[in-house]
Amino acid sequence: MDWLAIFNLALGELISPLTAAYILCAIGLAVHFGFTGLMNFGQAAFAAVGAYGMAIGILTFGLPTAVAILFGMACAVIFALVLGIPTLRLRADYLAIVTIAAAEIFRYLMLTSGFAGVTGGSAGLSAFNEEFRALNPFPDGEYGFGPFTFREEELWMRIVGWSAVVLAALFVMFVMRSPWGRVLRGIREDEDAVRSLGKNVFAYKLQALIIGGVIAALGGMVFVLNLSNVQPASWGTNFTFMIWTVLLLGGAATILGPIVGGMLFFLLLTLTQSIIGGLVDVGVINFLSPPQVGQVRFLIIGLALMALVIFRPQGIFGNKKEMQFNG
Amino acid sequence: MANNISVGAAAPGCKKVDPILVADNVTRQFGGLTAVDVAHLEIPRGQITALIGPNGAGKTTLFNLLTGFDKPNTGTWIYDGKNLAGVPSYKVARLGMVRTFQLTKALSLLTVIDNMRLGAQDQPGENFLRSFLKPLWVKYENQITAKADDLLKRFKLDAKREDYAAALSGGQRKLLEMARALMSDPKLVMLDEPMAGVNPALTQSLLEHIKDLKKNGTTVLFVEHDMHMVRHISDWVVVMAEGKIVAEGPPAVVMKDQAVIDAYLGAHADTDLGTVAIKIVKDKK
Ligand SMILES: Nc1ncnc2c1ncn2[C@@H]1O[C@H](COP(=O)(O)OP(=O)(O)OP(=O)(O)O)[C@@H](O)[C@H]1O
Ligand SMILES: [Mg+2]
Repeated sequence: MDWLAIFNLALGELISPLTAAYILCAIGLAVHFGFTGLMNFGQAAFAAVGAYGMAIGILTFGLPTAVAILFGMACAVIFALVLGIPTLRLRADYLAIVTIAAAEIFRYLMLTSGFAGVTGGSAGLSAFNEEFRALNPFPDGEYGFGPFTFREEELWMRIVGWSAVVLAALFVMFVMRSPWGRVLRGIREDEDAVRSLGKNVFAYKLQALIIGGVIAALGGMVFVLNLSNVQPASWGTNFTFMIWTVLLLGGAATILGPIVGGMLFFLLLTLTQSIIGGLVDVGVINFLSPPQVGQVRFLIIGLALMALVIFRPQGIFGNKKEMQFNG
Repeated sequence: MANNISVGAAAPGCKKVDPILVADNVTRQFGGLTAVDVAHLEIPRGQITALIGPNGAGKTTLFNLLTGFDKPNTGTWIYDGKNLAGVPSYKVARLGMVRTFQLTKALSLLTVIDNMRLGAQDQPGENFLRSFLKPLWVKYENQITAKADDLLKRFKLDAKREDYAAALSGGQRKLLEMARALMSDPKLVMLDEPMAGVNPALTQSLLEHIKDLKKNGTTVLFVEHDMHMVRHISDWVVVMAEGKIVAEGPPAVVMKDQAVIDAYLGAHADTDLGTVAIKIVKDKK
C-alpha cells in the first residue's frame, strides 16, 4: 500500500468542496438542533431545494448565477415555511416525522419523469455552471503545494465553498450571541418557560428553521457546483444522516464543531476507504469484495454515530453540559 | 363580615371593589373528571391573594387556563379590561400577566444571568433583524443586566450568576423562576407554590419582597400549601376544592371557615386551620 498517497488523498479531503458543502449543511443543522432544539431529519431536502433552485434558475429561467443563488435561497425559505407552519406548533416529534417524509417526497418529485422538462428527472441537471467557471479570476495553472495542489478551477471552487463556510459560521456566531440567539437557546431548553416570558415561540422556531435551511441550501449549491450536476439520488436519507454525524462529531451547540467535525469526518471516511480498500487489494482482507468496501465504511460511520451519542453527546467541542439528549 | 376588598360580605364568587381579573363559568374536563368548575371569580387589584385548596383541587389547572397554557371547555375571563379567552400564552405574558410553574422550568443549559435576561420583555435585540445592530440593543441589555443583578442579590442567587441553571438546587431553581418572572415588572404575577422547597430563613426575606411588590402596585396571586405564609402575607384567600371555589375572604376569617376546614381535613376537625402543620414554618424572631 502506498501510505503517502493515502495520506495525501485524505489531507486533500480536508478542504475539498464536498467537505465544505457538508459543513454548511451541518452549520444549518446546528441552528436547528443545536441552538433551537428542532429535530430536523430532512436537511438533505433543504440542500436539494437550494441546489435544484439554483440549477433551475439558471437553466429554465436564464438567471445569472448570482441571482440564481438568491433564487435557490428563496426556495429554501418557502420550503421552510411549508414545513414549519403546520408542524412547529405541535410537539417536537412531529417536525422530525414531517421533515423526513418531506425530504423523500421532494426527492421523488425531482425523480419523476412528469417534471423532467424542468428537473431533468432521473438524469438530473447539468451544464448550469458555465458562468460560474467563467467567473474564475485565476489564470490557468497549478496552485498550492503537496496534497494541497489544485488546478485553477479546483482552487476557485474551494475558495467559493470555504468562503461560504466562513461567512455562514461568522453569521451564526454573531446572531447566536445576540438576544435573539438567547431566545432560541431558551426554546431549546423549555418552550413553555419561554412562552411564559412573553416570547412568540412559534415565530422564533420558524425563523430558526428558515435560517438553518437557507444555510443548508448554500451547502447544496456548493455540492452541485463542484460535481457540475444535480442528481436526485444524492439527496437520500443517508445524506441527512451524514450531516447529523458531522454535527454530533463536532458538537451540536457550537460553531467550530460542525467545521472541525466535517473535516474530521471526511478525513476518517477517506482513510478508512483507502486502508480497507488497500487491504482488500493486497489480500489481507479476503472476505470483502471491492464494491463492499464503500458499504463497510458507512457501517463504521453508523457505529461511530451510535458511540458518539452514547459516550460523548456534546461532541468534540461541546461543553459537556451544553448539549445532552435530555429527551 | 365587612372588609375593604369585596363588595358586601365575603362569599365564594363575591364581587370586588376593583378587580384586575374576572373569570366566568370557566370549566375544564379531563375525560370524565371536572378539574376546574369556577362559576365566578374576581381577583382584587393591588392585593396579595392566596389560592389554597387540597391536592388535586384544580389550582394549577386554573392557572394554566387563565394564562393560556391550557384551553377550557367553557368560560371567559377578563383581565384589565381585555377578554383573554383564546389569547395565546405569550400574549398573556406581554399584557403583564406573568406566571411561574409548580414544576419549575429553569432553562437548564443557560446561565442564571441569561435566564434572568430572558425574563425582560421589549428587548429590541430579540428581533432577528435588529439583533444585527448591536447599538440598538446594547444599552437596554446593560439596563436589564443591572436589574437582573439586583434581583439575583435579593434572591440570594448572585453567587450563581455565571453557573448553568442546571447546576442549581431545586429550591434555587424556584427562586430563579420567580426572580425571572419579575424581570418584566408584571402587573399581575401568578406564583404556583413559590415557597415549596425554599429554606425557611430565605422564605422570610422573600415574603418581604412579595410585600414590596404590592407596595409598588403589583397584584399577586399565589398558590401555596404553607398556611403560615398564607396567613402572613395575603390580604385575601380563595379556597378551591374539587374544582370549585368553596370559600373566600380575609385570611383570619377563611382559616376558621368550616367549609375550608372540611375541605382540608374532613368533617370532624374542629381546629383553626392556621395551626395545622401542613408545612409550618416557625417565625424566627
Ligand atoms: N393533563 C392532565 N390530564 C388529566 N388529568 C389532569 C391533568 N392535569 C390535571 N389533571 C387532574 O386535574 C385535577 C386538578 O389538578 P391540579 O394540578 O390543577 O391540582 P392542584 O390543585 O394544583 O393540586 P396540587 O396542590 O397537588 O398542585 C387533578 O385531579 C389532576 O389529576
Ligand atoms: Mg398544583
